[in-house]
Amino acid sequence: MSGTAGPGGAAPAGPEPGVLPGELVHVVTDRWTAPWWEAFAAGRLVVPACGACGTRRFPPTPFCPTCRSQELRWEPVVPRGRIYSFTVIRHAVIPPVAEVLPLVVALVEPDEAPGCRLVGNVVGVAPEAVAVDMRVVIEARRVRDGVAVPRFRPAGPGVL
Amino acid sequence: MSGGHPLRDRTAIVGIGATRYWRRGESRPRTPMELAAEALLLACGDAGVGVEEVDGFALYSMGFDVSLFAQWLNLDVRFSAMLTGGGGGAAGSVGLAAAAIVSGQADLVASIMTLQQATSRFGAAFAPGDRDPGAYRAPTSVESSFLQPAGLMSPAQMFALLTRRHMHRYGTRREHFAEVAISTRANAVRRPSALMREPLTLEAYLEARMIAEPLCLYDCCLESDGAVAVLTTSAARARDCARPPVYVAASAHGGAGRWGPGITWLGMPDEIFASSGHRPVAEAAWRMSGLGPADVDVALLYDHFSPLVIMQLEDYGFCPVGEGGPFVADGNIRWPDGRIPVNTHGGNLSEAYIIGMTHVVEAVEQLRGTATNQVPGAEVALVTGGPAGIPVSNLVLHR
Repeated sequence: MSGTAGPGGAAPAGPEPGVLPGELVHVVTDRWTAPWWEAFAAGRLVVPACGACGTRRFPPTPFCPTCRSQELRWEPVVPRGRIYSFTVIRHAVIPPVAEVLPLVVALVEPDEAPGCRLVGNVVGVAPEAVAVDMRVVIEARRVRDGVAVPRFRPAGPGVL
Repeated sequence: MSGGHPLRDRTAIVGIGATRYWRRGESRPRTPMELAAEALLLACGDAGVGVEEVDGFALYSMGFDVSLFAQWLNLDVRFSAMLTGGGGGAAGSVGLAAAAIVSGQADLVASIMTLQQATSRFGAAFAPGDRDPGAYRAPTSVESSFLQPAGLMSPAQMFALLTRRHMHRYGTRREHFAEVAISTRANAVRRPSALMREPLTLEAYLEARMIAEPLCLYDCCLESDGAVAVLTTSAARARDCARPPVYVAASAHGGAGRWGPGITWLGMPDEIFASSGHRPVAEAAWRMSGLGPADVDVALLYDHFSPLVIMQLEDYGFCPVGEGGPFVADGNIRWPDGRIPVNTHGGNLSEAYIIGMTHVVEAVEQLRGTATNQVPGAEVALVTGGPAGIPVSNLVLHR
C-alpha cells in the first residue's frame, strides 16, 4: 500500500483537490478501533474478524454481531477492491469544503473482504468517469503524524 | 373492536394544530417551544378540549423540555416519553401516544414537533468542529471517524450513496426522482400553507444544481421553521370530541439490527442497502392493522429525499422491490387519479419540513374529508417517519 506523505513525512501544503482538507479530518478512536487506525497508518489494511466464529465486521465494534463474542483477530487483506457506491459532492455544507469540490466519496469493498466497506475519496479520475464496480487501489492518505485515511485510485491496466 | 393486536383501533387522533411555516430561521424571535405551545393550543381548539386536559407527551427526535413546557402552560403530566433516534420517529410518536393510552398511563396525549433551523442546520448535521449547545451537529465519534474524513457531513450525501446503489441495482433513473419532486410540488401549488407554490418542470429539475450526485436541489427537502401538534385519546373518548375520530389501526417502530444506524454506518447487507430500512416495520404495521397496501387510499411518505419515497413505495409493497422508479413514472402517485396518491400536502419537499409531523396532519385532514387535495372517499391512510437510523416508524389510520 502506498502512502502519500512527501519527503520528510510532511503533509502537502495547501488544499489538495479532490480530498477533504486535512484540518477537517477528525479521527477519534476507542480500544476497538484504534488497532485498525494504527495498522492503516503503518501501511497495512486489515479487517477485524471474530476470534470465535470468524465473522468479519467493519468498522470494528466490541461484539461479534453473529455470536456476540468479544474475541477479535486482525486479518490482512490486499488493498484492492471495487466501488460499491459513490456520490459526487458538488455543494459545500460548510465553507472550507468549497475549495476542494467536487469531492468524490466512494464506498469500496476490498476484494478479499466483501461486505466490509471503506469510505474514502476517489482521486486520479474525472468524477464523470467514476462508476459502480470500478476497480480501485486502496491507498493510505497521510493526514498528520499517525493518522492516515483511505483514498482510492482507479486500478490501471495490468495492476489487477 | 375486534380481536387481534391490543393497540388496533383502541385510540384515535382528535386534534391537529400547526403554526404557519417559515423558511429556516425566519420564525425568530419566537422560540421553538413558544411555537410548540401555539401548535398545541390550536390542536386543543380543533379537538374541542381544554389544554389542561392534556396529560401526556409522546415526542421524538430529541423532543424539547417538557418540564418547562408544563410549567408554562400549567399542565399536570402523567406520561412523558420519547422515541429514540431522529426523524424516523415522526409517525411513531403517535403510536407511542396510543401505547400510553391503551396501557392506562394517560388519557389525552400530545405528539409535538417544533423546529427552528436558525443557527444550526440538519444539512450539516455531521460536519466537524461545532460544539455549540443546541446545535444539531454531533462531535466526532468513533463511528463517524470512518465516514467524515472523506467529507461525508450531510444526510443528502449519505442518502446519495443509497440512491446510487438503487440506480445500479434496479436501473432507476433521475427522471424517476423528478416525478416524485414534480408531483409533490404540484400538490403544494394548491395548498395555502405550502412554502413552495411555483410549479416545477422536468426541464427545471434537470437543470438544477447538483448537491450530492445523483441528488439535485429539488431532490432535497426544505429547511423550515414551525411546529405541529397532534392529540390522541381513547377511541371511546374520541367520539365525544369536536371532530370525527381518526382511528389508529396500527403503528410500528424499530428496524433490523443489520440496518442499525443506516446512513451513518453504510455497512448494511446488499439486499437492504438500497432500501428505506422500513421493511420490518411495514410488515409489522400490516400485520397489526389487518390491512395491506391495496387498502391504502393515500400515503404520506417521509420525503427528506425524493428517491427514498420510491424505496418506501417498494418496502411497503405498493410495487415490487426494484420497480419503484417505473411505478412513479407511470403516474401512480399523482393526485387525484394515481393508484396511490402520495404526499398530497406537498410533503417535506414542497410544503414544509417539520420533521414529518405535517404528514400526520395531512392524513387526518384526508380522513376527515377536509384536505386541500382531497382523495375522494379516502378511508385509510399510511404515514411514515424516517428513513433514518432505527427506529423508523409508521402509522396506519382510518376514519
